[in-house]
Amino acid sequence: MFEPTALLFILFAGLALGCAVSLVAQRNPLYCAISLIGVFVALAGLYILLAAPFIAAVQVIVYAGAIMVLVIFVIMLLNVEEEEHRPLNWRFISAAIALGAILFAEAAFVLFFVNTPRSVQLSSEAPTAGLTASIGTGLFTEYLLPFEITSVLILMAIVGAMSLARRVGLVPRSASALAQMAADNQSTGGGNLRPVDARQIIQPGNTEATGQAMAQMQIERGEAAAPAPDKEQDG
Amino acid sequence: MTTIPLSWYLALSAVLFTIGVVGVIIKRNAIAMFMCIELMLNAVNLTFVAFSSYFRDVTGQLFVFIVMTVAAAEAAVGLGIIITVFRNRESLDVDDASILKF
Repeated sequence: MFEPTALLFILFAGLALGCAVSLVAQRNPLYCAISLIGVFVALAGLYILLAAPFIAAVQVIVYAGAIMVLVIFVIMLLNVEEEEHRPLNWRFISAAIALGAILFAEAAFVLFFVNTPRSVQLSSEAPTAGLTASIGTGLFTEYLLPFEITSVLILMAIVGAMSLARRVGLVPRSASALAQMAADNQSTGGGNLRPVDARQIIQPGNTEATGQAMAQMQIERGEAAAPAPDKEQDG
Repeated sequence: MTTIPLSWYLALSAVLFTIGVVGVIIKRNAIAMFMCIELMLNAVNLTFVAFSSYFRDVTGQLFVFIVMTVAAAEAAVGLGIIITVFRNRESLDVDDASILKF
């Protein structure tokens, strides 16, 4: 019963369960994130026990590395405070306990009362499933279409995240005004800062004029100090 | 390869998933709810890998690969939404973001 693999399973399973409970019980989001990293690492250990080293590596690199760094970055960026203690809302607590009990009872029922098919013949040769080569072969032959669709999904995620997190405002309003300003800029040589309308500052294809207009707008709004007079001619 | 019964892995996965569900219900912080959703995704991944290993079939691990991709995309978009909500409301409490509630 207590062979090394069983001991390792108990170790990793206990670590995963403890970290998961800690994730739910903590109030500080940063401690929640660290608990979740513990769960990920424990699950990576379980994947190695299941002879899936590639998935274990990806679990540590992608989940514990990339995603959790992103989460912790956001927590630090937003300076999230701890959840304040509120009077317990027993409606939600009882609903959570009831739903969790029902879900767990369902899972236990399926585990212990539904007969597992004994007819599945497990091949006796050395397992190749889980090796990186077999995963790559599967991804690029039989499951090529889902793999390609994944790239479209990631593209959509990039565009969505950028459009969600960007600050709105500062959009060009009038193309004719932009053309007029570009002409003015060329006639004066573009050497000095001129007062411009802050709404017309973005000029596609003319980086210098855009930068000057942006600086002028920041000076007008008081967000930046006006340059010293001798520096002004230097552009 | 292994002498651990498949049902142990499935039971562990069920427990982890249940903890994730309970966390999503009782948490009020949007980032904490987000992390509980990640926990649920990982519980499902464990089931996939366990079946894949016991049936000697690599398909389950390919599913896990795609689930991880979806989780990464979800993290990017979800955190973008969280930042936007925080910028508009100065709060991450999901009880405060109730403007759609009638």
